[in-house]
Amino acid sequence: MTIAKNSTPRRRRSWSDLVLAPYSFWAALFIVVPLAFVAYYAFTDNNFQFTTENITRFFTTTSERDGVTTYTYLLIFWRSLKLALISTIICLLLGYPTAYIMTRAGDRAQKVMLTLIMIPMWMNFLIRTYAWMTILQDKGILNGFLTSIGLDRIHIIGTESAVIIGMVYDYLPYMVLPIYSIMAKMDVKLLEAARDLGCGSWSVFKRVIFPLSLPGVTSGITMVLIPSISTFYISQKLGSGKFFLIGDAIEGQYVANNLHFAAAMAFILMVVLLICMELLKHFTAHLYGGDQ
Amino acid sequence: MEKIIELKGISKSFDGEKVLDNINLDIYDNEFLTLLGPSGCGKTTTLRMIGGFVQPDEGDVIFMGEKINNVPPHKRNVNTVFQKYALFPHLNVFENVAFPLRERKVPKAEINEKVNEMLQLVKLPQLATRRINELSGGQQQRVAIARALIGRPKVLLLDEPLGALDLKLRKDMQQELKKIQKATGITFIFVTHDQEEALTMSDTVVVMSEGRIQQIGSPTDVYNEPKNAFVADFIGESNILDGVFLEDRLVRFSGQTFKCVDTGFKGGDQVDVVVRPEDVDIVPAENGQLKGVVTSVTFMGVHYEVIVDIGGFKWMIQTTDFVNTGETIGLSIDPDAIHIMKKSEYSGLYGDYSSFSNELDQLDAPMEQKSEAEE
Amino acid sequence: MKTASRILTAFIFIFLFAPIAILILFSFNEAKSLSVFSEFSFKWYRELFRDEATLTSVKNTLILASLSMVISTVMGTAASVGICRLRSKWYRRMMDTVTNIPMTNPDIITGISLMLMFVFAGRLLGTTTSLSFGTMLIAHITFCLPYVILQVLPKLQQMDQSLPEAAQDLGCTPLRAFFKVTVPEISPGIITGAIMAFTMSLDDFVISYFTAGNGFQTLPIRIYNMTKKTVTPKMYALATIIFFVILALLLISNFTGGDKKNAAPVKG
Repeated sequence: MTIAKNSTPRRRRSWSDLVLAPYSFWAALFIVVPLAFVAYYAFTDNNFQFTTENITRFFTTTSERDGVTTYTYLLIFWRSLKLALISTIICLLLGYPTAYIMTRAGDRAQKVMLTLIMIPMWMNFLIRTYAWMTILQDKGILNGFLTSIGLDRIHIIGTESAVIIGMVYDYLPYMVLPIYSIMAKMDVKLLEAARDLGCGSWSVFKRVIFPLSLPGVTSGITMVLIPSISTFYISQKLGSGKFFLIGDAIEGQYVANNLHFAAAMAFILMVVLLICMELLKHFTAHLYGGDQ
Repeated sequence: MEKIIELKGISKSFDGEKVLDNINLDIYDNEFLTLLGPSGCGKTTTLRMIGGFVQPDEGDVIFMGEKINNVPPHKRNVNTVFQKYALFPHLNVFENVAFPLRERKVPKAEINEKVNEMLQLVKLPQLATRRINELSGGQQQRVAIARALIGRPKVLLLDEPLGALDLKLRKDMQQELKKIQKATGITFIFVTHDQEEALTMSDTVVVMSEGRIQQIGSPTDVYNEPKNAFVADFIGESNILDGVFLEDRLVRFSGQTFKCVDTGFKGGDQVDVVVRPEDVDIVPAENGQLKGVVTSVTFMGVHYEVIVDIGGFKWMIQTTDFVNTGETIGLSIDPDAIHIMKKSEYSGLYGDYSSFSNELDQLDAPMEQKSEAEE
Repeated sequence: MKTASRILTAFIFIFLFAPIAILILFSFNEAKSLSVFSEFSFKWYRELFRDEATLTSVKNTLILASLSMVISTVMGTAASVGICRLRSKWYRRMMDTVTNIPMTNPDIITGISLMLMFVFAGRLLGTTTSLSFGTMLIAHITFCLPYVILQVLPKLQQMDQSLPEAAQDLGCTPLRAFFKVTVPEISPGIITGAIMAFTMSLDDFVISYFTAGNGFQTLPIRIYNMTKKTVTPKMYALATIIFFVILALLLISNFTGGDKKNAAPVKG
């Protein structure tokens, strides 16, 4: 800190720049540059010559099954999007009321529930997913339970439903927490003011709590949608490998050492997600503004 | 008296905005000096410059004859009482006060002795082991003073230290600070936007506005002989009128000619004329030098504040006599109640009570403090 | 309304904990079956502790997590101090955006992007096995850093800025003022940030998967490899142990009183 001793304004600024320098360097080299490499690989062939072939391959590859021709990767992408959206909506429908109930509970109960919500989140998602596999298997615990109470077995493993259950299970806490945290920070005086101004309970919720909780909803949606759209493990285990998702496709190309095509798909996924997030931001900003 | 700090030709800009413009100020040993001005006038920046937290773009800060522009805060024999006290929340009262001594590796026994002595001085000996967040605002204030004084600085800087206290406590602390200053003989440099506080406590008042020093003087000087319309308006209440200096001891304003005590202007000079509200006597309309209609009367406890319309210019008068709104009254002004100032850039901006309202004044006060904190 | 919310709460917590409870229960099962509990036994725990590969992977994970935690906490705290003092709005916004990237990008893209760069750099250096412990450590530090900054920066911003100034005023050099006053003030943030970095690193699979070398296997990668084949309840024993470790860590971080409300991670 000898620099700070002769602290003219300019030098003092460089003292704070100095502590920031390692991170600035690190972030540039290991966050920004790698993303450039995704684009670089996506638009080059194995000899690092420029090509758009990887991208066009994604949009044009077709396959035939039972006499029906489909666009292979577009279908995979569409399926990823669909399952991720369904999971996100279910998470929102379950998570929002849960978060609301939590904020209404007493201090101790809130703390306990918060910890309970967080525990599964910190467990490895491979294990969580695997646990569901053992539950949902044809000869698994769920069917064991069903037969023991005299019901028919159900076949659920290897269906889209199983994948959705897995996603909802894995990512539900990520929906609850941001919504809860924003609701918990809400000033009680605002709610009292709303009541004072003549709002009933429902009206308080609709006109005050809900609009104010929207930023939490946005981040909840982001936190569920992004990992579920890009997962490659849940679908392999719970979908029994029958449901290829975009994550599986990228991983598959990586395993096959087809790095340029893997990069192309990652690039497309990144662009689509960026657009999704912008839309989401726009949409909630509109909702937020519209309700005021 | 010995000069302890000299500011020479100091200018400072933040992000291209000039906050200090050619400040020249001498501060003497054992003096209680107040930097007074509205928010954004540069008083806090001046204080921080003396403390070592801001460096001048131009000019020199001289401490006991030595230039200290680039000496960092921890090497200056100057301590600060911060606006919100800046007590360390992770240390108790004793450790906060002991902080500078521990930094200097003073022996334990001596620390104990000195801290206890200091806590006596600020009347908090029984609170040594309390945590900071268990103290009231007034107690925190005292701890902050004790902590700043324990290192025996040559100069103590106080940045609006009483701003967060309620009125009663504020008055008590004003007396207390004055006493401490006398007892320790340390130079106090005090920053405030409260003119009453400045007048009661200081030996010297420095009135600042827009990064420039408007006037330096004793409290009576700046009150009785304001240098320009800004000072006249900021310190106390003033009626400020356009006038023409006719000859020595004779001035004309509001369509009348008045006797006064000022000399030294040229005949025919345009001047600002200041009349303090308490220096105006109310007389029957026919006996008055000036005549006007009362437009409002506000009871202030000790006196009434009367606004009188005289030829479209609204005067404020403080009087113990009761008058009625709508009444026509006469005003009489003694020669020594008339102060004459040179025209300045502030002429015409202040001193007319046309839009006067007590409530507005009070609304302004907290906002002023807030922006001052951001300065 | 009351009953409805009770039912929902009960459903959510059963949904969240049933699978974990089943894992724990069947880790003590004598038989290999996943649906019938035969007899209480520690058999799978004994087998787990005989499994060299798993034990090594635990050791690897702890080494990796500890290193990532220390490096990212130190670098992240320093960065927060720098960011907090930035006067340039433009620089500030750029730092915010870049810091957000690893948190909002899907793990698979973070993993792929780093892998591509490492492989490319490896080609330039003429090696074929460019992925190693080092690359994995870099990757872990990279995704841990934003979490540290996310915890420390708000604490710095909430802190009364005149505290370190007061310390300097009372005779501390800027560096001493930082350690004597600023660090105690922001320590809850630093501790929470460090714990988060540790758990993030411990838990990460996806990014590790893409950046790991052949020789270095972390626990999540080990689990992945184990679950590729049919699994013995040995895995459940492992999961049970992990569960209780996580529980302990969570309780510790509860006691240190960090800002749990910001603690929600984005990882999956």
